[in-house]
Amino acid sequence: MEVINLEGTEDTPKIILDKKNGMFEISGRSLPEDSAEFYQPILEWLENYKTQLNPTTKFQFKLEYFNTASSKLILDILSKLEEMKDSTKMTVQWFYHEDDEDMQEAGEEFSELVEIPFEFETY
Amino acid sequence: MKYIYDLHKTMLRQSMVVVYEGEVTQDITKAVLAMTERNMDAFGEAGNVKRKVFNVMVECLQNVSKHAENFDAESNAKNNALISIGKDKEEYVIISGNAVLNTDVQMIKGKIDQINVMDDAELKALYKDIIKNGSMSAKGGAGLGLVDMRRKSGNQLGYDFEPINEKLSFFSLKLVISRGGGE
Repeated sequence: MEVINLEGTEDTPKIILDKKNGMFEISGRSLPEDSAEFYQPILEWLENYKTQLNPTTKFQFKLEYFNTASSKLILDILSKLEEMKDSTKMTVQWFYHEDDEDMQEAGEEFSELVEIPFEFETY
Repeated sequence: MKYIYDLHKTMLRQSMVVVYEGEVTQDITKAVLAMTERNMDAFGEAGNVKRKVFNVMVECLQNVSKHAENFDAESNAKNNALISIGKDKEEYVIISGNAVLNTDVQMIKGKIDQINVMDDAELKALYKDIIKNGSMSAKGGAGLGLVDMRRKSGNQLGYDFEPINEKLSFFSLKLVISRGGGE
């Protein structure tokens, strides 16, 4: 499978999707002008990954900021991951800065919207 | 040129950090955010306050860039709007101003009045309902901006509508973020 490796910018996150090395990571800032367009290749990659799953999948979110338009797309990604959970050992790791209650709460809300185990980590 | 000095004094008196008037695009949004961040860093603002100001500004700026109506056809600019960020000892005040259609005024008022009286639990429930069941608008908004600004700021949203002409009104939105840590 192809590897997605996007450098982060001031308004888009760093993204690594690498099946071979078991790396699934979205980090940094997500406030693109058109979030649906930005995340479309990510959703397509996951749709493809669904047909050739690793035995375990640990998906990491380490976001500093995201806008509300991105939050809708993050839920779309989580819903895709939820569809895979019977065929791979799926965990979501949600990182937040230790004094960032809003990011902690955002992770908790996402965890209530999908049925995937979440692990919360501070940095 | 004295008006420049007057403007300078007004900005100092009102503790304006950044004031921008013109078209709001994604590039302008990034520039205003960068200036505000640099200013907060220079004054050693607390991390959690910085994050809240940044978050609320992103929603505010992107709201304006998506929804502002062009009211000054002669200037040839789209989405003419005003953004100002001011601060004093206790709080940051973010104000946006832009033209909206008169036919949308009641809808916007209704939304803000509704979320202003909600408590934390109600706001959380509304947020989850919109993110789960709402679909993206044609303009790419998730319909979550006002709810998010209310939640992140922890304060009610202030607003005002001034009639421009028979078609448009000038919509001002005021967001306040406490510097005490945002609790």
